[in-house]
Amino acid sequence: MGDRMSADAIPGDVPSGDLVRRHRLSTRVWHAINALTLLVLLMSGLMIFNAHPRLYWGEYGANPDYAWLRVGSARSGPVEQGYLQVGRQRWDTTGKLGLWKDGDGRVQRRAVPGWATIPSRYSLAVARIWHLAFAWVLALGLLAYLVRSLVNRHLQRDIHITRGEWRPAHLWQDVRDHARLRFPTGQAARRYSVLQKIAYAAVLFVLLPLMILTGLAMSPGTDAWLPVSEVLGGRQSARSVHFLCAGALVGFFVVHMVMVVLAGPLNEVRSIVTGWYRLPKERRP
Amino acid sequence: MTLIVTRRGLIQTGMIGAGSLLLPGCDKIAQNPAVLDTLGQSEKLHRLTQRALGRNALAREYRESEMSPVFRANGSREVVDPAYRAQLAQGFANWALRIDGLVEQPLAIPLHALRTMPQRAQITRHDCVEGWSAIGRWQGPRLSMLLDIAGLKPAARYLVFHCADRYLGKPYYESIDLVDAFHPQTILAWAMNGKPLEEAHGAPLRLRVERQLGYKHAKFVSRIEAVASLAGLYGGKGGYWEDAEAYAWYAGI
Repeated sequence: MGDRMSADAIPGDVPSGDLVRRHRLSTRVWHAINALTLLVLLMSGLMIFNAHPRLYWGEYGANPDYAWLRVGSARSGPVEQGYLQVGRQRWDTTGKLGLWKDGDGRVQRRAVPGWATIPSRYSLAVARIWHLAFAWVLALGLLAYLVRSLVNRHLQRDIHITRGEWRPAHLWQDVRDHARLRFPTGQAARRYSVLQKIAYAAVLFVLLPLMILTGLAMSPGTDAWLPVSEVLGGRQSARSVHFLCAGALVGFFVVHMVMVVLAGPLNEVRSIVTGWYRLPKERRP
Repeated sequence: MTLIVTRRGLIQTGMIGAGSLLLPGCDKIAQNPAVLDTLGQSEKLHRLTQRALGRNALAREYRESEMSPVFRANGSREVVDPAYRAQLAQGFANWALRIDGLVEQPLAIPLHALRTMPQRAQITRHDCVEGWSAIGRWQGPRLSMLLDIAGLKPAARYLVFHCADRYLGKPYYESIDLVDAFHPQTILAWAMNGKPLEEAHGAPLRLRVERQLGYKHAKFVSRIEAVASLAGLYGGKGGYWEDAEAYAWYAGI
């Protein structure tokens, strides 16, 4: 089984520059499934958003009510613009959101352009089929991964943030190391840094569970027996939080990709695909 | 600065380039009928899960102070059918709801009878499939009471709601199963927010099936038919949007 803790797999000291087992099978399989699942959920979700590109706080919210965020198009004189409005602030997003041209050069007034949605043409029904099917994959996948990671102690050993790591001095040192792009080398590279742990823990225990809970809160059938929307401050609040968490996950993805590129993309990609990771050589003091 | 702009431009061009190569293939998969049919099987999973966990659960009811100031109307807001317009002009004084199909006793219940029967009033949240919600007060007799009077035959599995309106040229209809039909909050509302239903909201009678999305709440209901199967009706999928565009028949999610 390649499904073991790296430290157990290779006993004793491993000279830096050597290959070590870094990611367990369960981590790698879930990572691959989840990458695809989140992409499908994001793109089909953006199509669902196109059906009503306005966000509200509270229980109710429809066109006559105040929307804290909206995407649309507006004409002033001969000029038509696409816009994104948050509160009272409005940005011109012509060509990107609200008013854009499709592949055939036709002007479209949907909020999110076709290259970012599933399907690319407007279809709420098709987007819902994709979104609601893959929501099961996300929820059951997360559950299986968390249970497996508790049992094989991945969470306790690799994600758990120790008291020492929470110390402001330690946190600040890690922020400085990141800012200077000084990544750990040698044996230290086998462990996640505290900022990495915080990012992964936030995704595992905050963002993904909140996506699932706010998704459930929007279902009128579920809302009858599981009062999640009530806890979250109303169905439209749940919808807003769903959207904000999706944005936070996209933010995580961008930082994640930047870090992979900066830390050595081949080594990082190999480790998440095969599990094998080459420890970076130790710096000369 | 120039460098950043150029780089961003390069990345954007690259992304659009990659996208235009990938998209048509992905989009074909995204809209492939067999793929959609397979993924659409999750509808059964939604129904079975929700029935297992909350078969008799009640939808949340709200206080009057929590109601939407304006309740948005959508779908058909008016009905062109001349017979309907004549009834509307008379305040539906001679209008009657028909209940037929697999029932022991077919009925034609005048609107004034529906208004004087035992009533249920509920302030509930209407969730549109598009994502918006509105809270309003609905009143009318429980559907289960009417079904008890008519007497369902054992073969009856679904109730079909035939409507007076046509949407984009096709007659609107919807259907629910017996679990939802006998649910205490499933009513035939003739009043909304304390007044007789307006035309835009489905006068004279609108189905309220509170634990499902808005398109199941058929407006302008004129006839309820008890059936054993949905296969032979209209497009065969049990509802206007189900036939038109692959929307789920079970709309509890």
